[in-house]
Amino acid sequence: MFSTHGILVIGGGIAGQAVCEAVRTRDTDVPVTLVCGEDHLPYDRVRLGDLLADDGTVDALRLRPDGWYEDAGVTVLTGSRVASLDPDTGTATLESGTVLHYDRVVLCTGSDALVPPLEGSDLDGVEVFRDPADCAAILGAARSARHAAVIGGGLLGLEAAHALAKLGTATTLIHLVDRLMERQLDAPAAKLLTPAIAGLGVDVRLEHATKAVLAGDDGKAAGLAFADGTSLDCDLVVVAVGIRPHVGLARETGLTVERGIVVDDRLVTSHPHVLAVGECAQHRGVVHGIVAPIHDQAQVAADTLLGRAAAYEGSIPTAKLKVMGVDLVTAGAAEGEREVVVADAAAGTYRKLVTSPEGVVLGAVLLGDARGAELLMDAVRVGRVTEDPLALLAEASQATAAELPDTAQVCNCNGVCKGAIVEAIRDGGLGSTQEVVNVTRAGAGCGSCKPVVTELLQIERAGAAEEPAYLCPCRKLTREAVGDLVRERDIVSVSELAGACGAGRDCGACKPGLSYLIEERQAAKFRQERHAKYINDRVHANIQNDGTFSVIPRIRGGVVTADELRRFADVADKYELPMIKITGGQRIDLLGVRKEQLPAVWEDLGMPSGYAYAKAVRTVKTCVGTQFCRFGLGDAITVGIDLEGAMEGLHTPHKVKAAVTGCPRNCAEAYVKDIGLVAIENGWEVYVGGAAGASVRKGDLLTTVETAEEAKRVALAYLQHYREHGEHLERTYHYMERVGLEAVQAVVLDPEQQTGLLERYAIAKAACDPDPWRERYAPVHPNQFSELDSDPEGLDLVALAAAGMEVAR
Amino acid sequence: MSVWTRIAGPADVPYLEGRSVVVAGRRIAAFRLPDGWAATDAACPHEGGPLGDGIVADSCVTCPLHQRRFDLRTGRQIGGDDVVAVHEIEERDGGLWVRLAAPAALENAA
Ligand code: SRM
Ligand SMILES: Cc1cc2nc3c(=O)[nH]c(=O)nc-3n(C[C@H](O)[C@H](O)[C@H](O)COP(=O)(O)OP(=O)(O)OC[C@H]3O[C@@H](n4cnc5c(N)ncnc54)[C@H](O)[C@@H]3O)c2cc1C
Ligand code: SF4
Ligand code: FES
Repeated sequence: MFSTHGILVIGGGIAGQAVCEAVRTRDTDVPVTLVCGEDHLPYDRVRLGDLLADDGTVDALRLRPDGWYEDAGVTVLTGSRVASLDPDTGTATLESGTVLHYDRVVLCTGSDALVPPLEGSDLDGVEVFRDPADCAAILGAARSARHAAVIGGGLLGLEAAHALAKLGTATTLIHLVDRLMERQLDAPAAKLLTPAIAGLGVDVRLEHATKAVLAGDDGKAAGLAFADGTSLDCDLVVVAVGIRPHVGLARETGLTVERGIVVDDRLVTSHPHVLAVGECAQHRGVVHGIVAPIHDQAQVAADTLLGRAAAYEGSIPTAKLKVMGVDLVTAGAAEGEREVVVADAAAGTYRKLVTSPEGVVLGAVLLGDARGAELLMDAVRVGRVTEDPLALLAEASQATAAELPDTAQVCNCNGVCKGAIVEAIRDGGLGSTQEVVNVTRAGAGCGSCKPVVTELLQIERAGAAEEPAYLCPCRKLTREAVGDLVRERDIVSVSELAGACGAGRDCGACKPGLSYLIEERQAAKFRQERHAKYINDRVHANIQNDGTFSVIPRIRGGVVTADELRRFADVADKYELPMIKITGGQRIDLLGVRKEQLPAVWEDLGMPSGYAYAKAVRTVKTCVGTQFCRFGLGDAITVGIDLEGAMEGLHTPHKVKAAVTGCPRNCAEAYVKDIGLVAIENGWEVYVGGAAGASVRKGDLLTTVETAEEAKRVALAYLQHYREHGEHLERTYHYMERVGLEAVQAVVLDPEQQTGLLERYAIAKAACDPDPWRERYAPVHPNQFSELDSDPEGLDLVALAAAGMEVAR
Repeated sequence: MSVWTRIAGPADVPYLEGRSVVVAGRRIAAFRLPDGWAATDAACPHEGGPLGDGIVADSCVTCPLHQRRFDLRTGRQIGGDDVVAVHEIEERDGGLWVRLAAPAALENAA
């Protein structure tokens, strides 16, 4: 049915993405083009709140990695909007003027936040909660805001209010009617929800009709005026009252539009070549504002596009509140002719089942206790018939994933049912929750169903523990397995290990990891072999794109002497190095050094290696702290230099970067380091697992202590704990996500275990090499720094020895 | 090209490592394996990374720049379709000797 033009999908939201994927699972050849009005590749709007909670990034919300589109053969245009559409000629014109051709077009233009025509709704300080830009604006305003008001007591408003309260902003939630979430909840449930929300530090005001947003002298929003004459002072207003489908393009194209773009059961609009899916579509009079229906619609739309018969008969509305500590799930009708309720006002739990007189399940409301939610949602979806609704409620609260029917939708965000998950686990031989999430997408949305995914995995694996990450994938050897072998056979080198179990022989990629593990376990006994290390660790410098190397000496705490600076300059001149660069780690990088030049360069610098090339302790950044800064609360420089001295030379599962900063202004960026010490009024905070690289994560506050000495001890104990338990190439920010703060605190802060950690740290520290650059005096091999036709720029060892220079090992 | 060239003594290349040298105007890398020797062009077909600086396993080397992996016997990329030229290499009378692959063989390979 297709000429060469194929399918054009307009709108890169969840719907647009879902349509592309549904088409591709059916047909890998038909050309598919996705036009995204936003600058980002499709991301998960459901998790937009993350951008308010932790300073997450849009990239972290990506529905698919960049590579997916190329692999799937989907052409994506980001940051470009379709200005006009002519389905008769099969053309679409972008705002840029570019014309696209297609045989069929799918409108997935979604919606905007609905902003009622309030006086002052256009003032500065009035925001909506719909896209990343809104989140940035809200975050920015929240920092300085004295009081925030959220208008709208639905799912969205509750999520926004909770996020603001969590940011520490005094927050009031304004709602028009006498109960929250009136569309999903009955009165008794709503009555229980209000105190639960208030418990999160949100001041809830019901039956408040906002009349206008009041402007302050600065012309910015300063308050709200209500119909009853009362008012509220607030300098940040978030409007979350609903959505307004994007129907402009459809209307201009002459399609039938009511509240949304009208579609039939095949998702076809009033023009046979145009379909619509998602929040912009109106099906049987309903515009859905949630994700689950989108996936049902996308499947049918894909069939329609490819000329297969299929019908979408609507979706049962379901809702899950993504607010920590408030379990709330609803499906279908909240009220009906026959209702059974199990409630415990004291415990704040409410479980209700709505059926027809004949016992056909029509709806469920679960508050405070959402056990069995999947089972009940399925009962509503399939209209299960029950003699005894009470018994069904009871059954649900006992239900495990095992009892779920295969049709039960486990992930409502991505519309994945139990059957599909189990099948994927069996067919793909999947072994870990993350694998299942990646393959099935279940749990990749709001994440609330991950526990069920894990449960299903355990059932499938007959309770066997999740499959671990392999240290040596070729031989399926885990870090634990290798560790045991090392202990039992007292293995001290990678070659011995390879002889014992074959690890590292097939592809060699794991050799650096094996090497680290043996070093960590055997400390002084470890016999290192260069063939098991990256070139960086064989020559103690970082290889560059052109095969030359960079040289970054140790500059503790970022503090240098004039004499050292002179030597940098002299070396750069003498060896005609192309660049001297101040690094992001408060150090100095000499770039473009040839391998053969390394020993001589090190010698002339006369400074120890900065380990900038190794999976090891890198830097401890500092700020000027009490030594100079008028705000200083702690001597960041002294403590930082001290800490770097204590940690330098140690290898680690992945690189470790630290910082010590003199006050919470955090000039040394301690909040986003693997280990960060922050001086506060008479004490120190110790943060761990921070990152500001490929991903950005604020460190977890491990503990607060009184003295710098204690802070250093905790930091070293944590370092050793990570050295012993981190997977190879697992940064601390991943490690903390994997094991959780509590688990780490339980070990590192426990006096007895802490002592043990510090003892093992001391042993490792004694065994490590603080300056591998001394190999210039005693190379591990005559050609360590040279090719077969080159000579290392000559170091006269005899002369050095004569001059009484210390010659290492 | 059927000349054998002595490039070094066996001891000049450390165990399970590679080292490079120019032979007839072409930089090649010699690798010392558990069961003998292998030689390839020194430059990775991807972006010219120094294969001699890669991590060597029983019979393959991994480029240090972007981790492409090549079978040292065939020169074929593992998990990809790049190919690096392989040359004959043998240890005899206390020396390491190399004979460059004939250009023809090269084309077949590439
Ligand atoms: C030289 C330097 C850039 C500069 O000129 O400032 C640098 C250079 C490289 N960084 Fe970096 N990073 C440098 C500071 C940083 C910082 C800032 C800092 O350390 O405070 C970060 C963010 C902090 C962090 O790591 O959390 C940083 C985050 C990364 C990452 C992302 C790590 C992550 O998981 O987020 C990589 C990639 C990786 O490690 O896999 C990386 C990798 C690299 C590598 C080693 C890539 C490579 O393997 O070749 C670069 C080596 C370039 C070269 O040829 O020398 N570099 N890199 C900085 C050296 C600091 C130092 O004095 O030792
Ligand atoms: C903060 C928040 C939390 C939410 N939480 C949940 C939840 O927990 N559970 C749930 O089920 N749902 C939730 N939702 C609702 C859910 O996110 C939406 O239903 C869903 O994202 C709608 O997807 P869509 O693709 O239909 O529309 P959109 O996500 O709006 O995507 C439409 C896209 O089309 C683009 N576009 C529009 N016009 C054009 C044009 N002319 N040319 C090119 N591109 C165009 C837009 O820029 C946009 O990127 C939440 C929504 C928000 C905002
Ligand atoms: S962190 Fe605080 S003490 Fe340190 S320099 Fe910045 S402001 Fe001054
Ligand atoms: S240069 Fe070898 S992998 Fe890129």
